Amino acid sequence: MNAARLARLGALVAGFVFLYGPIVILATMSFNASRLVTVWGGFSTKWYAALFHDEQMLRAAQISLAAAALSALIATINGLLAALALARFGAFRTRALFAGSIYAPLVMPEVVLGLGLLLVFVAFGVERGFLTLVLAHASFTMCFATVMIHAALKGCDRTLEEAAMDLGATPVRAFALVTLPLIAPSVVSAYLLAFIISLDDLVIASFATGPGATTLPMRIYSQVRLGVSPEVNAISTLLLGFVAAALGLSALITRGRAEGGGAG
Amino acid sequence: MPESGKRRKLTRGEMLVIAAPYAWIALFFLAPFALIVKISLSQPAQTRPPYEPVLDLANGVAGLFEKLSQFGLGAYRGLAEDNLYLDSYLSSLTIAGVATLICLIVAYPFALAIARAPRRLRPILIGFAVAPFWTSFLIRVYAWIALLKDEGLINHALMALGLIDAPLPMFATSGAVVVGIVYSYLPFMLLPLYAAIEGQDASLREAAADLGATPLQVFLHVTLPLSRRGIVAGALLVFIPAVGEFVIPDLLGGSDTLMIGRTLWNDFFANRDWPAASAAAVALLALLLFPILLYERAQLREDAR
Repeated sequence: MNAARLARLGALVAGFVFLYGPIVILATMSFNASRLVTVWGGFSTKWYAALFHDEQMLRAAQISLAAAALSALIATINGLLAALALARFGAFRTRALFAGSIYAPLVMPEVVLGLGLLLVFVAFGVERGFLTLVLAHASFTMCFATVMIHAALKGCDRTLEEAAMDLGATPVRAFALVTLPLIAPSVVSAYLLAFIISLDDLVIASFATGPGATTLPMRIYSQVRLGVSPEVNAISTLLLGFVAAALGLSALITRGRAEGGGAG
Repeated sequence: MPESGKRRKLTRGEMLVIAAPYAWIALFFLAPFALIVKISLSQPAQTRPPYEPVLDLANGVAGLFEKLSQFGLGAYRGLAEDNLYLDSYLSSLTIAGVATLICLIVAYPFALAIARAPRRLRPILIGFAVAPFWTSFLIRVYAWIALLKDEGLINHALMALGLIDAPLPMFATSGAVVVGIVYSYLPFMLLPLYAAIEGQDASLREAAADLGATPLQVFLHVTLPLSRRGIVAGALLVFIPAVGEFVIPDLLGGSDTLMIGRTLWNDFFANRDWPAASAAAVALLALLLFPILLYERAQLREDAR
């Protein structure tokens, strides 16, 4: 029995070292005064300082944040409506087409999605830039938002909403006053998820955007192609920290809800 | 669930709800596919956009017929004749297949260990195991460059230990691409495996053990078969995106590491051959159609529950 426990502990440790090792090394290197990965030249924040003087990088970060905020908003609203249709409308006509189209981007190669979106923009004669970037990201992240909100809606007690309607509330009012507060944490999480995915995307952005709107991953990618650089390590570490904070926030919201539900 | 019953019409209120998402997916998901197929059938041209339209209604019906007669399979003929494409397909399938297998081998003991941890620790452990997935994909791939390069950390450590005299050529190889895929997509494998193992009834294992099965026999005859669905789901979730991957082969692979996603990218961005890129996209989807349908069916079944 002890041997089995030891083996399981070993598997856990090995798994976590594999998952976190490269990230931890990357973050450590961003504080390395030396340019070489194999030489520790002392603790330094000079790469971060250099980063904040890199106008192009800052501009790209601005564009990425703005595109993520906007596209995630559209994706969450669309995702909420789509999730409602999937969770509440039963077996309506064309449901398979609708559900299939919603879930497909989850497994579709990004190069295909990106190319397809670009062709739509060209076909409609839309100049590629910030707008097309937002539209592309909103389409691509919508499926993730839908899946998340759909799961929350399925777990929601429908009789509460029905009770509200029996008491004279319109369906819209009943949904807004009863169900929406119940699924609010999932809606917030869906927004954060869409935001993070948009912020991170390189492939679809490269197809969808124009010369005026280069995103942060595109800028990082063009630098990475030139090799490992401490400045890229620094921006990577900042992004990792940002996502860790967003994840922590999301976990707190979900836990707060679980505890609140338990008390009530 | 009335999944097999009569399909009903939507009420007016329901139509209001579904209109926006439906219009959105029609415009930004279904239309792109129609266009990819259309462009893949047209001729490359040195214009902007760089292709000759197949269907252009400006010339009326006569023009339409004339255009239809020019309907070209040229881009596909290129695909079939060009060894570059055939090699990219085979190499994409091989690399994705090997990576999926290694991912399963790495993830299974990990998932098993999490699923058998004390109940109260499980959500925390699985949370931490999946957390890296939410961090930047690009950055996680990039992190491996510093490890795998000739002058990178792994070679440095091996040489310092005296295990090797010259750096092992790991970076810019297909092997590095496999490592990158396993690392990046591990959570996709881990989650379904964990769900399949954690949901098993422990009394089945106890019964097998009571009847004299060794721990290995219990694993092979009870745990492993019962986690079959998790294995299939995880393998699909790793294999499908891995086949069409661009970032990993581009950053970790050598110039001779051909993968179809990378070939499509180069056709589009470097060669500006939109019909060839579109034909590659159609061919990639055809390749993935079966695994994607398999996955969709599982999703819809889950959905109907």
